[in-house]
Amino acid sequence: MLWSALSLTLGYNATLVTLGATLLGIATGISGTFLYLRKNALISDAISHATLPGLGAAFLLMTGAGLDGRNLIGLLGGSAISAALGLMIVTWLTTKTRLSQDAAIGSVLSVFFAFGVVLLTVIQALPAGRQAGLETFLLGSTAGMLFNDAVLILVLGAITTSILVLFRRPIILVSFDSTYAQTLGISPQKTDYLVLAVALAVTVIGMKIAGLILIVALLIIAPVAARFWSEKSDTIILISAIFGGLSGYLGTAISATAPGLPTGPIIVLCSFVLFLVSFLLAPRRGVLAAARSFWVFQRTVHMTQGLLSIAQNQPIYEPKTKRILQRRGFIRADGVATQAGRALAAKTLLNERRWSFWRNKMQQTGDLDESIVYSLVSIETKLTHDQIESIDRGLSEEQQERV
Amino acid sequence: MTNFALIADNGAFVEKNVDLESAALNIQGMTVSYGSEPAIYSVDFNVAKGTLTAIIGPNGAGKSTLLKAVMGIIPTVSGQVRFFRKPLSKMRHRISYVPQRASVDWDFPATVKDVVLMGLYPTIGFFKRARPVHLDHVHSCLRKVGMQDFSDRQIGQLSGGQQQRVFLARALVQNADVYLLDEPLAGVDAATETAIISVLKDLKKSEKTVIVVHHDLSTVKDYFDHVLFINKSPIAQGRTAKIFTEENLSITYGGQLSAAKSGLAGA
Repeated sequence: MLWSALSLTLGYNATLVTLGATLLGIATGISGTFLYLRKNALISDAISHATLPGLGAAFLLMTGAGLDGRNLIGLLGGSAISAALGLMIVTWLTTKTRLSQDAAIGSVLSVFFAFGVVLLTVIQALPAGRQAGLETFLLGSTAGMLFNDAVLILVLGAITTSILVLFRRPIILVSFDSTYAQTLGISPQKTDYLVLAVALAVTVIGMKIAGLILIVALLIIAPVAARFWSEKSDTIILISAIFGGLSGYLGTAISATAPGLPTGPIIVLCSFVLFLVSFLLAPRRGVLAAARSFWVFQRTVHMTQGLLSIAQNQPIYEPKTKRILQRRGFIRADGVATQAGRALAAKTLLNERRWSFWRNKMQQTGDLDESIVYSLVSIETKLTHDQIESIDRGLSEEQQERV
Repeated sequence: MTNFALIADNGAFVEKNVDLESAALNIQGMTVSYGSEPAIYSVDFNVAKGTLTAIIGPNGAGKSTLLKAVMGIIPTVSGQVRFFRKPLSKMRHRISYVPQRASVDWDFPATVKDVVLMGLYPTIGFFKRARPVHLDHVHSCLRKVGMQDFSDRQIGQLSGGQQQRVFLARALVQNADVYLLDEPLAGVDAATETAIISVLKDLKKSEKTVIVVHHDLSTVKDYFDHVLFINKSPIAQGRTAKIFTEENLSITYGGQLSAAKSGLAGA
């Protein structure tokens, strides 16, 4: 059953839904990355919770007008309007009052959500309301999805994704340095509105599948997981899109295997698994890579200290240091340095002298980066040629003064 | 047309004869406020083409605010800004701005090359790919600031001085006529300071106009040919040789200045 869901052979509708969820995952992965880079991820929480009153109100209005209250376009339209209203209030509170953004988000999302729950309860009490199935919007469901619904999600997802990809350069520029962006004639405000509008659209589109409470997770988890893998914005966007798409695809397929499994939570759990894998295994930023780099660090400390002792003709006492140096052929079994050992020792000593000179100078200007243990890295990899030259000049001046 | 003698409120001397026709930057009556607290008040400031000008004044004197207001980053209450007699909106492509290094998050996922390339976005077009000619230009500007070996480095791995060089390279790729730099020498190493100043002097040699917010009074005479003293309002402006005096320093800094810091102590 899982295999036929994964291979998209579970029927026409199921296939469409799976494709829709995959594309939704890609769209949330991409738009979430822009929110994350702009340090604005929490705003998605306000957007999603603020959709609820609009959902209820749209249902009531459509039913009252004698239409079908379950019309997806109508429901999503209503949700979008109330989410936009919530977003406007958050922006207004943040810019015009002294309220900080997290406080504004917290108050707006809870009030909107509370109002939405009240509306939903009223709807449940109506004769037409019981079969409406509005509560599926909370946690997401694909069970009652119609062909048209799936197409709508597919099309809107494609449009929003393309908008972001097209505008990615100005958005990244604003995220990194909004002041500078402004001097190039890009309005940070308009760029922010664009990103928020797309995030809003993605949230509203995704409500049906992932549920409005959990869509936030998709917007945040995929980008954060992707950040572990790269130091380049474009690559992070791509990886986040892949992670989001994969979560949507796997989650929908898994939830299709049993009638009771809710789609939204399964999608989120899938993205969490991807996060966990990234967190553990990613090169450089992952936990295992960090453990390994500590091991390398420890070895380098012993190496450096041993080589410095050799260069200054001091004995090496620590057995571990001796072992490491001997294994690498820098000292013989009797503790005497080899030719290679002596050569590297001289280089290490020069590196150490240059760094200690730099450290003294930087301490004076108060710009020393304390997080780097300077002696352990080659100065050529960290400083420019002219910086090193100026250090060497300073060193030879010091030497002359001593003479 | 020449600018008539501008006498600041306190009556300090302001050099005459800045030819407005040739002024690269002309500011008249600029006031900027945060709320109802004026950050700078009624600033008149002229910068001739091909000069290297320092803006100096105590902390909170509105030096950075002045640059930001000139670039339209923060709104002004009143006043007029002209670059070569035209408003900023018509001259944007000829003006380049270097923000304070501390104003951005250096853990941002970008390489040195990515950041410098940002300066070329208006040229490349925001939706087009960078072509080899653009990348060549980026590399030649990185070479000017001595960072050619660092182009694929993650920006978070750079030292403070190197970050400042990257910001300068990003401004250089814009090929502007006027450069505005906000504290480019704050907290950088000696080699970086030398490198930056030599780039700025080269710009001046090729008839570009450079305006720098500067904090180290001891180097003003060596680095800059013009100077603006400001403390909310302009105190004095003109040639460094004429204007950089003990008197102007003490008016600008009040009691905050020790003789040792002024760079005039031994003179």
